Amino acid sequence: MRDIESAKAVRFTAAFFENEGDLIGGAAEARLAGFEIYDVYTPFPVHGMDRAVALPPSRLTWIAFLAGALGLVFGLTLQVWTSAYDWPLNVGGKPFNSFPLFIPVTFELTVLFSGLIAIGVLFARNRMWLFSKRKVFERVTNDRFVLVLKQSDASFDMEKAVNLFARHNAINVVEGDQFV
Amino acid sequence: MAVSLKQPELTQPAEQVKSAFEIAHPVYSELRTPLILGRKPYRQVTVDICHLLDSKAGRGWWISLAASLLLLVAGVVAAVHTVNTGIGTWGLNRTVGWAFDITNFVFWIGIGHAGTFISAILFLFNQKWRTSVNRSAEAMTLIAVMCAGVFPIIHMGRPWLFYWVLPYPNTRGTLWVNFRSPLLWDFFAISTYFTISAVFWYLGLVPDLATARDRTKSKLRKTFYQVLSLGWNGSNRTWSRYETVYTVLAALATPLVLSVHSIVSFDFATSLIPGWHSTIFPPYFVAGAVFSGFAMVMTLMILVRKLLHLEDYITPQHLENMCKVVLLTGSIVALAYITEIFTGLYSGNPNEIFVIINRGLGPYAWAYWIMFGCNALLSQLFWFKRLRTSIVAIFVLSILINVGMWFERFVIIVTSLHRDFLPSSWAMYSPTITEVGLLVGSFGLFFTAFLIFLRLFPVISINEVKGVLGYARH
Repeated sequence: MRDIESAKAVRFTAAFFENEGDLIGGAAEARLAGFEIYDVYTPFPVHGMDRAVALPPSRLTWIAFLAGALGLVFGLTLQVWTSAYDWPLNVGGKPFNSFPLFIPVTFELTVLFSGLIAIGVLFARNRMWLFSKRKVFERVTNDRFVLVLKQSDASFDMEKAVNLFARHNAINVVEGDQFV
Repeated sequence: MAVSLKQPELTQPAEQVKSAFEIAHPVYSELRTPLILGRKPYRQVTVDICHLLDSKAGRGWWISLAASLLLLVAGVVAAVHTVNTGIGTWGLNRTVGWAFDITNFVFWIGIGHAGTFISAILFLFNQKWRTSVNRSAEAMTLIAVMCAGVFPIIHMGRPWLFYWVLPYPNTRGTLWVNFRSPLLWDFFAISTYFTISAVFWYLGLVPDLATARDRTKSKLRKTFYQVLSLGWNGSNRTWSRYETVYTVLAALATPLVLSVHSIVSFDFATSLIPGWHSTIFPPYFVAGAVFSGFAMVMTLMILVRKLLHLEDYITPQHLENMCKVVLLTGSIVALAYITEIFTGLYSGNPNEIFVIINRGLGPYAWAYWIMFGCNALLSQLFWFKRLRTSIVAIFVLSILINVGMWFERFVIIVTSLHRDFLPSSWAMYSPTITEVGLLVGSFGLFFTAFLIFLRLFPVISINEVKGVLGYARH
C-alpha cells in the first residue's frame, strides 16, 4: 500500500457495508463532505466506484500501446534484418525482403509484447508478487465492502463520519492506525 | 495498535439471509431471466464454488482420473515408440505425407478457440452470460492448445530439437529460420496464443484465488493460494487497473483468436495442392474452430453442471446461448462447404473438379459424408428451440459435431493428398495403432488436466458472477 511507512502516525477510519449500492452512496457523500478517501475494498469490481471516489482513469492503456509498438518494431526489424541482411537465403525465388510475408509474425509479436508487458506493469504497479504479505480485511474477498478514510488532520470529525455512514446502512465503523 | 479486523459472523443459514443486492434493488424484473438462478446472496456464491475445492474428491473424480490417466499412458507409449523407432511407425507414405497427426493438431487447436472467444470477444460485446462459463472454457483452451502442440513436436522426429524453430543466434552460421514459411508463422501464432490465453486466464483467477485463500482451512492449500493470489486485497485502485488491463488483453486477444486459425489455414492455403489452395480457408477455418470449440464447451459444461451440482450457475439459458453460436458458426461452415463445391466445379480446372468429385464419391466418401452430415446438417437442428433447450439433445449433438469436425480436418488433409497429379502414385492412407494411440493419449491428457483443474482452481469466476448477480433485478 502507498506510503505505509510514513503513514504510521496517521489514523484511519473504516466503514463496512453489505452491498455495493450503499458503498457507492457512502463513498460519494464522504468525498463531497470533504473526507479524504484512502481506498475502497470490494469482493468484485464495482462499477461507478471510480467516479464515486474520483479516481482518474489508469494510464496502463498507454503502456500497452507503447509495448505493442515496441513489439511491432522488434518483429519487423528481426525479420527484415535476418532475412535480407544478416544471411539472405533464396527461398523459392521470393525477394529477400518479403515484406507482406512478415506481417503474421509481426502481428503476433505485437500482441505478445503488449499483453505481457501490460500485465507485468500491472503487477509491478500494484506491488503484486508471489510472496506478498499484504493484509486483507476479513470477508472482503467474500461479501464485505469496506471504505477507508484517511484522517488527514486533527480536525477529523469521527462522529460526523459515523452518522454519514449510518445513513448509508453501514454495519460497522471503526477507527485504527493501520488496516491493510 | 491495529484494530481487530474480525467482525461477527452472521448466524442465520445462508438461504434465509436476504441477498444484499435484493435489499438494495428490491424490484425484480420479469422481462429478463436472471443469469444465476436461486437469488443467491454474495456469500452463497463463494460457498458454492469454494466448497468444491475444500471438500475431498469424490469417487467419481478418482475413477475419471484413473480412466484419463490410462488413456494418457497409452499416448505416452505411442509417443515413445514413435520417437524411438521413427515416423515409419505411422501409416504415412510418399503420397500422403501429412495425415493423422496434423488432423489431430488442427482438431485440438480448433477446440482451443472457444475459451478465448468467450473470454475476450464476448467480453468486448458485453455478453454477461459468459461469466459462468469463461473460467472453465479458458482452462479448456489452454489444455487443448497443449494437446495440439504435442503433435507437431512429435512429428518433428527429434522433438528435443524443437527449439530450432526459434530465431536465436546459433553455431550454424547463424542460420536463421525462414520467416516466409506459414509453418513458422504457426509456431509464433500458437505460442503467442497460448501465452496470452494463459496470462488472461491467470489474471482472471487472481481475485478468486484470494477468495479461496481467505476461506480454506488446509495449510497446504492456503500456502498455494497465498502465493498465487499475489497479495490480492480487493483494493479499488487495484481493481481499476486490473479492469483496464483486462480490457486491453481482451482487445488484444480478439484479433489473436481470429489470427491463430487463419494462420493454421495458411499451412494449407498457401500451397498449390487442389483442395487446399483456396482463399476462403481463413474464415472457413476460424468459423469451424469456434464451432467445434463451443461444441466441446457445451459437452464439458453439461458434465460439469451435473456432476458438480452447478445447475444454478450454468443454466439452460447459457447452453441455449452457446447453441446459437454453434448454429451461426455451423451455418458458416455449411456455407463454406457449398462454396467449396461450387468454386471447385465452376473453376474449369480439371484438378480442382477432380478433387471435389473425389471427395464426395471417391474412396473416402464415407468420411466426407460424416463430416457434411454432422457439421452442415445436424447443427441446423439448433433452429428448433426444443432442441436448444433439451440438455440431452445438446449433449448428443455437441459430441457429434466434434466427430464431424475431426473428420473435416481428415477430409481436407487426406482426400486432397491421396490422389495427386500423377495417377501412378495414388495411394490410400489408414492410421496405424501407434497413431490411434497418440489420438487416444491426447484425450487422456485433455481429461487428466481438466480434472486436475477442477480440483485446484475455482471452476466458475466467483468475482465476475457476483458482479452479474443483479442482472435482471434492475
